[in-house]
Amino acid sequence: MIYLDNAATSFPKPKEAIERLNDFVLNIGGNPGRSGHTLSLEAARIIFEAREKLTNFIGGHDSERLIFTQNGTESLNLAILGLLHQGDHVITTSMEHNSVMRPLTFLQKEKGIQLSVVQCSKEGIIDIDRLKSLLKKQTKAVIINHGSNVIGTVQPIDEVRKIIDDRILILDACQTIGSYPVDVEESGIDILCFSCHKSLYSIQGLGAVYMKSHIELTPLRFGGTGSKSESIEQPTVFPDKYESGTPNTPAIASLLGGLIFIENTGLTKIVERKGILRKKITEGLSAIEGIELFGPKNTLSVDLLPTVSFNLKNRLPSEVGYILNKAQIYTRIGLHCSPLAHKTIGTYPRGTVRVAPGYFTTDDDIERFLEVVRNIAES
Amino acid sequence: MQNHKAYFLLFHTIHDVLRVDKILKKIAAQYELVPVPRNLSTDCGMCIKLENDIESIKSHIEGIRMDKCFLFNGNEYVDIT
Repeated sequence: MIYLDNAATSFPKPKEAIERLNDFVLNIGGNPGRSGHTLSLEAARIIFEAREKLTNFIGGHDSERLIFTQNGTESLNLAILGLLHQGDHVITTSMEHNSVMRPLTFLQKEKGIQLSVVQCSKEGIIDIDRLKSLLKKQTKAVIINHGSNVIGTVQPIDEVRKIIDDRILILDACQTIGSYPVDVEESGIDILCFSCHKSLYSIQGLGAVYMKSHIELTPLRFGGTGSKSESIEQPTVFPDKYESGTPNTPAIASLLGGLIFIENTGLTKIVERKGILRKKITEGLSAIEGIELFGPKNTLSVDLLPTVSFNLKNRLPSEVGYILNKAQIYTRIGLHCSPLAHKTIGTYPRGTVRVAPGYFTTDDDIERFLEVVRNIAES
Repeated sequence: MQNHKAYFLLFHTIHDVLRVDKILKKIAAQYELVPVPRNLSTDCGMCIKLENDIESIKSHIEGIRMDKCFLFNGNEYVDIT
């Protein structure tokens, strides 16, 4: 079995993540911050430790401003729905995932926000001059997909930060976090949204938002927090304001293990390994007759994640994905919840075959994958 | 129920309680995490019960917003927030 769908969720998870998960489920299991007993306190300690470690990992200064959510989509919904109001103007890019486009389109239709979409190049890169030309006085925020889930391009966010003045920068780092350096201070990110089950190696069902001290969002969920129980009003203190209901402590425990794995391995080593995997995949695919590769041709000019999209001449992506699946090679075909991105790279509505290796993908895995694609191309 | 003097430090969130816990552990203060006494607050969570004099730890935790602080004098809880 060869798993090449790490852009959807990482698999396998490092042993550190599984050990922490097992320890919580087998030995702790309490509902954090709710009850005065030891198991509830132990659960709260796991969340506290994970929150502190994750805040440190993204270069944040205040761990109470790191909010756990269900996934990257909920993180982006919290940022978008919690920030924007009638009359606000917002700019995003044509490389966004539907977890950004759908809440924005909802607000545009139902709540009277103004939306501008910067057209990116066919290679998926944002045009900074175009972005500049769309800025208005009432532009409240700019939302950028940091790394593409379709072709793996990483946007030059430092350039974006420079030209948008003091407007709020929301970064969708679902694909980059854990695969590429992300630092909220260095890059001037006001709201960072990401999932934890991809390259941070938690189990599924966990995401996070980090918001700087000048940001206040309207919560998405209201309810019990274990604090201020005498009041029927939502607490205003962080992180409780945004974390009503029982959290996914098993997933948070696995995240803690994932972060320990990254710390022990070194992010630089992980990034380098993923770069090597991308190179092997793109070079191998390029040598096959009838392959069309998407994304930047000059790979030295842009930063890239290992995620690669391709199509095979005269074959539907679904056919290629089907044959790969039969060979126990798991890729993802179609539009990847990103219709605008596929329009941008010229693959809408057909879609592509997406290959997304992870840190645990071996050279032999890539060789086998290329062999099967070669066989499909020759048949 | 104890009969000796102790301080009860209440915070707004369990996150803040655990921030204080981390600091007190580091400075080897004599303390315990205990359920918030129901006569002090309706919170379902935990608070810090401190055996030391509060003055000795105050400077270490001044960055963390305390909700309330009580002194138990052996007979009753006195709000010294």
